[in-house]
Amino acid sequence: MALLEVNHLDVRFALRQGDIKALRDVCFSLDRGERLGIVGESGAGKSVAAFSLLNLIAKPGYIAGGSINFDGQELTSMSDRQLRRVRGHRISMIFQDPMMTLNPVLSIGEQMIECLKAHRRISTREARSISLRKLEQVQIPSPEKRLSQYPHELSGGMRQRIIIAIALLLDPDIIIADEPTTALDVTIQAEIMALLLELCEKHNVALILITHDLGVVSQVTQRMLVMYAGRVIEQGPTREIINDPQHPYTQGLMNALPQMATPGQRLNQIRGSMPSLNNLPSGCTFHPRCDFTTRPDGSERTSCHEEVPGFVRSGNCQVACHMVAEMQDANRIPVEEVTP
Amino acid sequence: MTTSTTPSSTTPSPSTPSRWERFRDSFLLYSFKRDLVAQLSLIIFILMVGAAVLAPWLAPTNPYDLASIDLLASELPPFWIEGADPLYVMGTDAQGRDLLSTILYGMRVSLVIGFGAVLLQATIGVCFGLLAGYLGGRIDAFLMRLADIQLSFSTLMVAIVVGALFKSIFGGATYSDYAMWLLVLIIGLAEWPQYARTVRASVLAERAKEYVDAARVMGLRRRRIMFRHILPNTLSPIFVISTVQVANAIISEAALSFLGLGMPETQPSLGSLIKSGFDYLQSGSWWITLIPGLVLVVLVLVINLLGDWLRDVLNPRLYKG
Amino acid sequence: MTARAAHVALASHEHESEHQDQATRTLLEIRGLEKRFDLSGDFLEQLKFRRGRLVREQSHVHAINGVDLDIHRGEALCVVGESGCGKSTVARTVMGLLRPSAGEIHYDGERIDHLESKALLPFRKRMQMIFQNPYASLNPRMTIQQTLEEPIRLHQPGWSREQVREKVAEVMTSVGIAPDWGVRYGHEFSGGQRQRIAIARALAVDPEFIVADEPISALDVSIQAQVLNLLMEAQRERHLTYLFITHDLAVVEHFGTRVAVMYLGRVCEVAPTRTLFAQPRHPYTQALMSAIPKLEDDRPQHIRLQGEVPTPVNLPSGCVFHARCPHVSERCRREIPRLIATRDGGQVACHAVEEGRIS
Repeated sequence: MALLEVNHLDVRFALRQGDIKALRDVCFSLDRGERLGIVGESGAGKSVAAFSLLNLIAKPGYIAGGSINFDGQELTSMSDRQLRRVRGHRISMIFQDPMMTLNPVLSIGEQMIECLKAHRRISTREARSISLRKLEQVQIPSPEKRLSQYPHELSGGMRQRIIIAIALLLDPDIIIADEPTTALDVTIQAEIMALLLELCEKHNVALILITHDLGVVSQVTQRMLVMYAGRVIEQGPTREIINDPQHPYTQGLMNALPQMATPGQRLNQIRGSMPSLNNLPSGCTFHPRCDFTTRPDGSERTSCHEEVPGFVRSGNCQVACHMVAEMQDANRIPVEEVTP
Repeated sequence: MTTSTTPSSTTPSPSTPSRWERFRDSFLLYSFKRDLVAQLSLIIFILMVGAAVLAPWLAPTNPYDLASIDLLASELPPFWIEGADPLYVMGTDAQGRDLLSTILYGMRVSLVIGFGAVLLQATIGVCFGLLAGYLGGRIDAFLMRLADIQLSFSTLMVAIVVGALFKSIFGGATYSDYAMWLLVLIIGLAEWPQYARTVRASVLAERAKEYVDAARVMGLRRRRIMFRHILPNTLSPIFVISTVQVANAIISEAALSFLGLGMPETQPSLGSLIKSGFDYLQSGSWWITLIPGLVLVVLVLVINLLGDWLRDVLNPRLYKG
Repeated sequence: MTARAAHVALASHEHESEHQDQATRTLLEIRGLEKRFDLSGDFLEQLKFRRGRLVREQSHVHAINGVDLDIHRGEALCVVGESGCGKSTVARTVMGLLRPSAGEIHYDGERIDHLESKALLPFRKRMQMIFQNPYASLNPRMTIQQTLEEPIRLHQPGWSREQVREKVAEVMTSVGIAPDWGVRYGHEFSGGQRQRIAIARALAVDPEFIVADEPISALDVSIQAQVLNLLMEAQRERHLTYLFITHDLAVVEHFGTRVAVMYLGRVCEVAPTRTLFAQPRHPYTQALMSAIPKLEDDRPQHIRLQGEVPTPVNLPSGCVFHARCPHVSERCRREIPRLIATRDGGQVACHAVEEGRIS
C-alpha cells in the first residue's frame, strides 16, 4: 500500500461571490521514498494541494470532499491535535520563503531544540546534539556557531539549508517542498536542489516538490503531476512526460520554453491566460486555449466544451484529454482510482 | 490566484460599467450592507447633520435673536418634568433661551468648526506629507521636525496664545465676530502633523512602486507625479484619519469652549452650552449641561463608529482594491 | 524582417548605406559607471563611539563598481547575473532613475547622466522602460486609456484629442489588447495582460531604445512566451534597441544579440550570445551556465561554487569572484582584472583567461 493516497480531493474557498473550487477531483499516491513533482502555473492549485494535505488551508478555504490516507490514517477526519502529531513529525513542509518558518526573534538552536522537544521526550542536551547532526547533514559550515545565530544573520541559501535541517529534524516520512528555491539564485538553487535530492535518497524520505520550473522537476523527481485550473490533467513518470507530453497543455508549456525554440525565432506560445477559478470554462477547463478542439478532418470535438475529460492511459502516464482519448479509443481505460 | 474576472483580448466587447455600477458591486457597499452598526451610525449622523443644517427652519426660536429671549422663562425644565412649559420642549437655559433651538444652532457651530478645521489640517498635512515623503532628504527632515515641534505644543496652548493675542490686538467684540473662524484656524494649525505623518508614510510606500518610476521615466514633472499619481493612492488612509480627526476637532472645540477659550456664549457651540449650564448644575438645572453633553457624545460616537468601519473596509491588509 | 529589409534595400541604395552606418554605431555608451548607496543614514546617525572617541562612520552598498558597456543600435543586449549583482541598478541609472556616483553615460553621443529633468525630456521620448512587476507598474487609480494617453500628451503636446486617441488604439492593438478595454482599470487584467499594457505605454511615444528590467520573471511560463514574442515582434517592426535585464539564461539565449554577465557590481564577460553559450570563458559564467536545470538530463551536474555571493558592503580586494573561483591565484586576490578582448569577439575580465591558465 502506498504511503500517501489522495482520492477525489475537493477544496473550496467560501467567498462572497460564492464558493470557489480551488481543487477538484485530485487523485494521486506516493510511495515510501518516492519523489513526486507537482507542476503548474499560478492559480493551478498546486500550493493549495500541498497545504490541504496537512489540513493547513486557511479560512475561507475548506476541504469539501475526498480522502487523504496517510499510512493507514485518514487525515481529513482527524482532530487538530492528532493532525499536529502528523505535521512536522511525519510530514514536514519547506516553504518558498524561509522566514515563514523561522521565527526572527529566536536563535536557530532555540528553534530546533524547541521543535524536537515538542514532539519527543528528550533532554535539551540530546536535542542539541541531534540539531547539530542535522545541520552537519545539510552541509552548513561551522554548525556549532549557527545554533546561536539568528535567522537575519544568515544568507538566503543558508536559511533554506536550515529549513531543510528543521524539516529533517524528526526524521519524517514525507517532505512537502513548496517552491523551495524560487526565491534563490540559480547557482544557490542548484546546490539546494542537489542537497535535497541527496538527503531524500539517503534517508529514504518521500518528497513532494511543488514548482513551476519544469527543469527542476525533471532533475529531481521520479513521477510528476501537471495541474491546470484546480485539476490534475496529466500524471506519470517524469521522464516520460518530459520526453513525450500527451496533454495539449503540457505540450504547450514545454514548447513555450525558450530552450525549445530556435534562438531569435518566435516562441510557441499558448494563447490566452489561465481562467480565474470563479469563472471556469465548461467541459475541459483548457478548451478555450487548446488548439486541438477540432479534429484533423475539421469537425468540432464538442465533448471538449461539454464534458470534463476522464483519465486515459497512455504508456505509463494518465492523461485527461478528449483528444488523446479519441485517438486511442480502442484501449481507453476510464480510471476510477489512480493506480500508482 | 485572481478572483477578479480577467477580460481577455479575444472577447473584445466589454460592457463599460458606470460609476454607479462600480459602486454597486464594490466591497464598500457590500460590507456596509452587512454592518448594522455602520448603518445605524450613518443614519444618526445624517439626521444630526441635517438637523444642524436646517436649524433656522427647524428651531422653534432663534437663539441669536436677543428679542426672542425671555429672561422670565429661564431655567425651565424639559417637557417630561413638572413645571415645564410646552413651548420649550427641552427646557430653557439660564438666559431663557430655548434649549432645543440652542442645541441645533450649537451643533451647527460645532460641525462647521469640526469640518473646517479638518479641511485645513488635511490641506496643510497632505501637502507637507507629500513633499516630505516624495522629495525626502533635507525637506523631509525639516518638515518632520516642524511636525514634531507642532505636536509638542498642545492644541490648548496654541488656543490660549492665539486667542489672547487676538483679543488683546482686536478687542473682545471683534473676537466674538470671528471666534468660529479663529477656532477653525487654531485647531487646523495644531493638528496638521497627524495628516503629514500618515500621508508621508503612505507616500514612502507608494513611491517605491514601479508605477511611480514609470511616471518618472516618462518625464512627468514632480508636481504631476505627486498629485496625479501618488496622492490618489494615499486617499484611503486620509479618509480613515479624517473621520477620527473630525471627531477630535469637535471634542477639541468643545474642550476649548468649556474652558472659555472658544465660542462666546452669545453664539454657543455644544461646548460653550455645556459650560454655560455647568454653573447651574448645583442648583438643579442639570438639563442645561446634560442634554448638549449627550448630543456631543452621540455625535462624536457615530463619527468614530463610522471611522472604525471605514478603517476595516479600507485596510489594505484585509482587502486589496 | 528579412522581407521588409530587402524591400527597403531595393527601394533606395542610399538609404541602405545610411542604415548600415547607423546600425554599426553605438547608441548607448556606459563608461566607468559606479553607484553607491549610503547605508549610514543622516549625519547624527553616522557618529559612533570607537575606542572612546567620537568618529564619523559611513558605510556604503557598492551596487555597481566600474561598469563599461556599449549598446549597439538595433541589438538586444542582455545583462544577466544573480540578485545583488547590480544589473537592475545599471538599468535604473541608465534611465536616470538613479544618479551615478561616478562615471558617464552617453546616449547617441551626448552625455546624459548629469542632465536636469528638463534637459532630459527629449531623451525621455527616445528611451523608455518596462518594469518587472506588472502588478505595481500600472497606477491603480487610472484607467488604461488614461495611463496610455499620459505619455503621448506630454511628449506630443501639439496633438489633437483625436490623434492621441488614435495612437492609443494603435499601440493597444499592437500589443494584443482590444482598444475598447481602455475604460478598465489595471487590476481588472491578468498579469500577462498588464505587462502588455506596460509595454504599450513604453511604445506609445515611439521610442528607439527600451530598457526592460526583468520584464517576464513575474509571469507564468506560458505567458512569458507571449510577452517575449511580443517584445521580439516590436523590435522587428519598430527597429528597437533593447537593454534587457534578466536572470534567466534560457531567455537570454533566445532573445539576446549579445550578453553581459555581471557579478557583484562588475561585468565579468561580454560576448555575442552564440559565442557565450558555445564557450563561456569566465569561471563564473561557466558555473552559472552549468547551474541551469536542464530538461534533458535527470541529474544535476553543475559546477559547485564554494560559499555564497559576498555582501556588496565590504567588497573583496582584487577580482570580486576570487573567493569562490576554482582557478584563483595570488594575482586574483590582489589585482582587479580588466575586460580584455578575446579572439571570438567577446570581452572577459579574468586573470586566468588572460594568462592562458584556462581556455
